[in-house]
Amino acid sequence: MAEWLVFAAGTLLALIGAAGVLTMRNPVHAALFLIQTLFGVAVLFVSLQAHFLAAVQIIVYAGAIVVLFLFVIMLLGVDKDEAKAPEVLKGQRVMAAVLGGIALVELLLISRVNVATGARAGSGALDGAGTNVEKLSEAVFTKFLFPFEITSILLVIAVVGAVLLSRKPKALEGSAVSSSGSVSGSVGGAA
Amino acid sequence: MIGVVLAAIGKPNAAAYLSVAAVLFTMGAAGLLLKRNVLVMFMCLELMLNAVNLTFVTFSRELNDIGGQVIVFFSMVVAAAEVVVGLGIIVSIFRRRKIGATADSASLLKG
Repeated sequence: MAEWLVFAAGTLLALIGAAGVLTMRNPVHAALFLIQTLFGVAVLFVSLQAHFLAAVQIIVYAGAIVVLFLFVIMLLGVDKDEAKAPEVLKGQRVMAAVLGGIALVELLLISRVNVATGARAGSGALDGAGTNVEKLSEAVFTKFLFPFEITSILLVIAVVGAVLLSRKPKALEGSAVSSSGSVSGSVGGAA
Repeated sequence: MIGVVLAAIGKPNAAAYLSVAAVLFTMGAAGLLLKRNVLVMFMCLELMLNAVNLTFVTFSRELNDIGGQVIVFFSMVVAAAEVVVGLGIIVSIFRRRKIGATADSASLLKG
Protein backbone atom coordinates (compact mmCIF):
# COMPACT_ATOMS: atom_id res chain seq x y z
CA MET A 1 0.00 0.00 0.00
CA ALA A 2 2.74 2.45 0.99
CA GLU A 3 4.63 1.47 -2.14
CA TRP A 4 1.61 2.34 -4.22
CA LEU A 5 1.35 5.73 -2.53
CA VAL A 6 5.00 6.51 -3.32
CA PHE A 7 4.51 5.26 -6.85
CA ALA A 8 1.41 7.43 -7.31
CA ALA A 9 3.21 10.48 -5.94
CA GLY A 10 6.17 10.00 -8.29
CA THR A 11 3.91 9.31 -11.25
CA LEU A 12 1.77 12.38 -10.62
CA LEU A 13 4.84 14.59 -10.24
CA ALA A 14 6.40 13.25 -13.44
CA LEU A 15 3.30 13.34 -15.63
CA ILE A 16 2.04 16.75 -14.46
CA GLY A 17 5.53 18.11 -15.05
CA ALA A 18 5.63 16.61 -18.54
CA ALA A 19 2.21 18.09 -19.31
CA GLY A 20 3.51 21.44 -18.11
CA VAL A 21 6.54 21.22 -20.42
CA LEU A 22 4.17 20.60 -23.32
CA THR A 23 1.61 23.30 -22.52
CA MET A 24 3.66 26.21 -21.20
CA ARG A 25 4.26 28.97 -23.73
CA ASN A 26 7.16 30.49 -21.84
CA PRO A 27 10.36 28.36 -22.05
CA VAL A 28 11.33 29.38 -18.50
CA HIS A 29 8.09 27.87 -17.16
CA ALA A 30 8.69 24.77 -19.29
CA ALA A 31 12.15 24.39 -17.73
CA LEU A 32 10.68 24.68 -14.24
CA PHE A 33 8.12 21.98 -15.05
CA LEU A 34 10.97 19.85 -16.40
CA ILE A 35 12.55 20.03 -12.94
CA GLN A 36 9.28 18.72 -11.49
CA THR A 37 9.31 15.80 -13.92
CA LEU A 38 12.91 14.99 -13.02
CA PHE A 39 12.01 14.99 -9.31
CA GLY A 40 9.10 12.66 -10.04
CA VAL A 41 11.34 10.23 -11.91
CA ALA A 42 13.79 10.43 -8.99
CA VAL A 43 10.98 9.41 -6.62
CA LEU A 44 10.23 6.46 -8.88
CA PHE A 45 13.95 5.56 -8.84
CA VAL A 46 13.88 5.53 -5.03
CA SER A 47 10.83 3.29 -5.04
CA LEU A 48 12.74 0.96 -7.40
CA GLN A 49 15.65 0.81 -4.88
CA ALA A 50 17.99 2.70 -7.21
CA HIS A 51 19.17 5.16 -4.57
CA PHE A 52 22.37 6.31 -6.22
CA LEU A 53 20.64 7.04 -9.51
CA ALA A 54 17.95 9.02 -7.71
CA ALA A 55 20.62 11.20 -6.13
CA VAL A 56 22.43 11.64 -9.44
CA GLN A 57 19.13 12.44 -11.11
CA ILE A 58 18.58 15.35 -8.73
CA ILE A 59 22.17 16.58 -8.71
CA VAL A 60 23.05 16.24 -12.39
CA TYR A 61 19.73 16.62 -14.16
CA ALA A 62 17.75 19.02 -11.99
CA GLY A 63 20.84 20.71 -10.64
CA ALA A 64 23.13 21.09 -13.62
CA ILE A 65 21.31 20.41 -16.87
CA VAL A 66 18.16 22.45 -16.22
CA VAL A 67 20.26 25.32 -14.90
CA LEU A 68 22.19 25.17 -18.16
CA PHE A 69 18.86 25.32 -20.02
CA LEU A 70 17.73 28.35 -18.03
CA PHE A 71 21.09 29.98 -18.55
CA VAL A 72 20.82 29.61 -22.34
CA ILE A 73 17.19 30.82 -22.32
CA MET A 74 18.25 33.96 -20.49
CA LEU A 75 21.34 34.38 -22.67
CA LEU A 76 19.39 34.19 -25.91
CA GLY A 77 16.39 36.08 -24.62
CA VAL A 78 13.92 33.64 -26.18
CA ASP A 79 11.45 33.66 -23.30
CA LYS A 80 8.69 34.87 -25.58
CA ASP A 81 5.57 33.55 -27.16
CA GLU A 82 6.40 31.07 -29.90
CA ALA A 83 2.87 30.55 -31.20
CA LYS A 84 2.82 33.87 -33.02
CA ALA A 85 5.21 32.61 -35.67
CA PRO A 86 3.45 31.32 -38.79
CA GLU A 87 3.01 27.58 -39.08
CA VAL A 88 5.37 26.44 -41.83
CA LEU A 89 4.43 22.78 -41.93
CA LYS A 90 0.70 22.39 -42.52
CA GLY A 91 -1.10 20.04 -40.14
CA GLN A 92 1.95 19.58 -37.94
CA ARG A 93 0.00 19.69 -34.70
CA VAL A 94 -2.64 17.20 -35.87
CA MET A 95 0.00 14.81 -37.13
CA ALA A 96 1.96 15.10 -33.89
CA ALA A 97 -1.16 14.27 -31.86
CA VAL A 98 -2.05 11.30 -34.10
CA LEU A 99 1.48 9.88 -34.13
CA GLY A 100 1.78 10.42 -30.38
CA GLY A 101 -1.46 8.52 -29.80
CA ILE A 102 -0.30 5.63 -31.96
CA ALA A 103 3.05 5.48 -30.15
CA LEU A 104 1.33 5.59 -26.76
CA VAL A 105 -1.00 2.67 -27.57
CA GLU A 106 1.90 0.70 -28.96
CA LEU A 107 4.14 1.27 -25.94
CA LEU A 108 1.35 0.51 -23.47
CA LEU A 109 0.62 -2.75 -25.27
CA ILE A 110 4.29 -3.70 -25.15
CA SER A 111 4.47 -2.90 -21.44
CA ARG A 112 1.63 -5.39 -20.81
CA VAL A 113 3.37 -8.23 -22.62
CA ASN A 114 5.90 -10.17 -20.60
CA VAL A 115 8.91 -9.96 -22.89
CA ALA A 116 11.49 -10.64 -20.19
CA THR A 117 13.00 -14.08 -20.52
CA GLY A 118 14.44 -13.94 -17.04
CA ALA A 119 17.88 -14.80 -18.38
CA ARG A 120 20.65 -12.97 -16.53
CA ALA A 121 22.95 -10.63 -18.37
CA GLY A 122 25.68 -11.61 -15.97
CA SER A 123 26.67 -8.13 -14.78
CA GLY A 124 26.01 -8.79 -11.11
CA ALA A 125 23.01 -9.31 -8.90
CA LEU A 126 20.94 -6.47 -7.51
CA ASP A 127 20.02 -8.16 -4.24
CA GLY A 128 22.31 -9.59 -1.60
CA ALA A 129 24.62 -7.88 0.87
CA GLY A 130 25.76 -4.31 0.49
CA THR A 131 24.10 -1.05 -0.44
CA ASN A 132 22.99 0.01 -3.87
CA VAL A 133 25.96 2.40 -4.20
CA GLU A 134 28.44 -0.33 -3.32
CA LYS A 135 27.08 -2.73 -5.88
CA LEU A 136 26.82 -0.10 -8.59
CA SER A 137 30.36 1.14 -7.98
CA GLU A 138 31.68 -2.42 -7.98
CA ALA A 139 30.06 -3.05 -11.36
CA VAL A 140 31.28 0.24 -12.81
CA PHE A 141 34.88 -0.21 -11.66
CA THR A 142 35.23 -3.88 -12.56
CA LYS A 143 33.04 -5.10 -15.36
CA PHE A 144 32.32 -1.71 -16.93
CA LEU A 145 35.73 -0.15 -16.39
CA PHE A 146 36.48 0.26 -20.09
CA PRO A 147 33.19 2.06 -20.93
CA PHE A 148 33.76 4.19 -17.84
CA GLU A 149 37.14 5.28 -19.18
CA ILE A 150 35.62 5.91 -22.60
CA THR A 151 33.14 8.36 -21.04
CA SER A 152 36.08 10.51 -19.92
CA ILE A 153 37.13 10.83 -23.57
CA LEU A 154 33.53 11.69 -24.46
CA LEU A 155 33.42 14.43 -21.83
CA VAL A 156 36.71 15.93 -23.03
CA ILE A 157 35.39 15.95 -26.60
CA ALA A 158 32.15 17.58 -25.43
CA VAL A 159 34.02 20.30 -23.52
CA VAL A 160 36.29 21.06 -26.48
CA GLY A 161 33.31 21.03 -28.85
CA ALA A 162 31.29 23.37 -26.64
CA VAL A 163 34.19 25.83 -26.39
CA LEU A 164 34.67 25.72 -30.15
CA LEU A 165 30.97 26.14 -30.90
CA SER A 166 30.37 29.02 -28.56
CA ARG A 167 33.37 31.03 -29.79
CA LYS A 168 32.40 34.10 -31.74
CA PRO A 169 33.13 33.86 -35.46
CA LYS A 170 35.76 36.34 -36.61
CA ALA A 171 33.55 37.96 -39.23
CA LEU A 172 30.90 38.81 -36.69
CA GLU A 173 33.12 40.15 -33.96
CA GLY A 174 32.47 43.78 -34.88
CA SER A 175 28.70 43.53 -35.10
CA ALA A 176 28.23 40.98 -32.31
CA VAL A 177 27.15 43.56 -29.74
CA SER A 178 24.21 44.78 -31.78
CA SER A 179 23.06 41.29 -32.82
CA SER A 180 23.10 39.72 -29.37
CA GLY A 181 20.76 42.32 -27.97
CA SER A 182 17.98 41.92 -30.51
CA VAL A 183 17.32 38.31 -31.38
CA SER A 184 13.59 38.84 -30.95
CA GLY A 185 11.22 37.39 -33.45
CA SER A 186 11.37 39.19 -36.75
CA VAL A 187 11.00 35.86 -38.50
CA GLY A 188 9.52 37.21 -41.70
CA GLY A 189 12.15 39.89 -42.06
CA ALA A 190 15.05 37.46 -41.68
CA ALA A 191 14.82 36.39 -45.31
CA MET B 1 -9.24 -7.96 6.98
CA ILE B 2 -7.10 -4.92 6.29
CA GLY B 3 -4.05 -7.10 6.04
CA VAL B 4 -5.70 -9.25 3.39
CA VAL B 5 -6.63 -6.16 1.37
CA LEU B 6 -3.12 -4.74 1.70
CA ALA B 7 -1.60 -8.05 0.62
CA ALA B 8 -3.93 -8.15 -2.38
CA ILE B 9 -2.92 -4.64 -3.40
CA GLY B 10 0.76 -5.50 -3.03
CA LYS B 11 3.55 -3.53 -4.63
CA PRO B 12 3.48 -1.73 -7.98
CA ASN B 13 4.62 -4.25 -10.56
CA ALA B 14 6.83 -3.76 -13.55
CA ALA B 15 3.89 -3.08 -15.86
CA ALA B 16 2.91 -0.05 -13.78
CA TYR B 17 6.37 1.48 -14.04
CA LEU B 18 6.61 0.62 -17.74
CA SER B 19 3.25 2.29 -18.36
CA VAL B 20 4.46 5.49 -16.69
CA ALA B 21 7.61 5.36 -18.80
CA ALA B 22 5.50 4.81 -21.93
CA VAL B 23 3.31 7.83 -21.21
CA LEU B 24 6.34 9.97 -20.37
CA PHE B 25 8.13 8.90 -23.57
CA THR B 26 5.07 9.61 -25.71
CA MET B 27 4.63 13.04 -24.18
CA GLY B 28 8.26 13.79 -24.95
CA ALA B 29 7.98 12.53 -28.52
CA ALA B 30 4.73 14.42 -29.16
CA GLY B 31 6.27 17.55 -27.69
CA LEU B 32 9.28 17.21 -29.97
CA LEU B 33 6.88 17.17 -32.93
CA LEU B 34 4.56 19.87 -31.58
CA LYS B 35 6.87 22.52 -30.22
CA ARG B 36 8.50 25.16 -32.38
CA ASN B 37 10.96 26.56 -29.85
CA VAL B 38 14.26 24.72 -30.19
CA LEU B 39 15.01 24.89 -26.48
CA VAL B 40 11.64 23.40 -25.53
CA MET B 41 12.17 20.68 -28.14
CA PHE B 42 15.45 19.93 -26.38
CA MET B 43 13.60 19.67 -23.06
CA CYS B 44 11.20 17.17 -24.64
CA LEU B 45 14.25 15.16 -25.66
CA GLU B 46 15.24 15.06 -21.99
CA LEU B 47 11.76 13.78 -21.14
CA MET B 48 12.21 10.90 -23.58
CA LEU B 49 15.66 10.09 -22.15
CA ASN B 50 14.20 10.02 -18.65
CA ALA B 51 11.42 7.69 -19.72
CA VAL B 52 13.94 5.24 -21.15
CA ASN B 53 16.06 5.52 -17.99
CA LEU B 54 12.99 4.60 -15.96
CA THR B 55 12.46 1.55 -18.17
CA PHE B 56 16.07 0.48 -17.65
CA VAL B 57 15.80 0.76 -13.88
CA THR B 58 12.49 -1.12 -13.89
CA PHE B 59 13.97 -4.03 -15.79
CA SER B 60 17.05 -3.88 -13.60
CA ARG B 61 14.86 -4.61 -10.57
CA GLU B 62 12.73 -7.10 -12.48
CA LEU B 63 15.68 -9.18 -13.69
CA ASN B 64 17.67 -8.65 -10.48
CA ASP B 65 20.61 -7.34 -12.49
CA ILE B 66 22.79 -4.30 -11.76
CA GLY B 67 23.53 -3.84 -15.47
CA GLY B 68 20.42 -1.78 -16.07
CA GLN B 69 21.44 0.76 -13.46
CA VAL B 70 24.97 0.94 -14.85
CA ILE B 71 23.51 1.71 -18.27
CA VAL B 72 21.42 4.52 -16.77
CA PHE B 73 24.54 5.87 -15.09
CA PHE B 74 26.28 6.01 -18.47
CA SER B 75 23.23 7.42 -20.21
CA MET B 76 23.18 10.29 -17.70
CA VAL B 77 26.82 11.06 -18.53
CA VAL B 78 26.05 11.00 -22.24
CA ALA B 79 22.95 13.17 -21.68
CA ALA B 80 25.05 15.76 -19.89
CA ALA B 81 27.55 15.83 -22.76
CA GLU B 82 24.71 15.97 -25.27
CA VAL B 83 23.09 18.95 -23.55
CA VAL B 84 26.39 20.84 -23.48
CA VAL B 85 27.06 20.30 -27.18
CA GLY B 86 23.42 20.82 -28.21
CA LEU B 87 23.07 24.08 -26.32
CA GLY B 88 26.40 25.20 -27.81
CA ILE B 89 25.02 24.56 -31.29
CA ILE B 90 21.77 26.41 -30.48
CA VAL B 91 23.66 29.39 -29.06
CA SER B 92 25.93 29.59 -32.08
CA ILE B 93 23.00 29.33 -34.50
CA PHE B 94 21.06 32.09 -32.82
CA ARG B 95 24.07 34.29 -32.41
CA ARG B 96 25.02 34.15 -36.07
CA ARG B 97 21.58 34.80 -37.46
CA LYS B 98 19.01 37.39 -36.46
CA ILE B 99 16.07 35.03 -36.44
CA GLY B 100 13.36 33.94 -34.08
CA ALA B 101 13.82 31.05 -31.73
CA THR B 102 11.80 28.54 -33.72
CA ALA B 103 13.17 25.51 -35.51
CA ASP B 104 11.45 26.60 -38.71
CA SER B 105 13.64 29.65 -39.08
CA ALA B 106 16.85 27.61 -39.24
CA SER B 107 16.04 26.22 -42.69
CA LEU B 108 18.98 27.35 -44.80
CA LEU B 109 19.67 23.81 -46.04
CA LYS B 110 16.08 23.41 -47.26
CA GLY B 111 16.82 25.36 -50.42
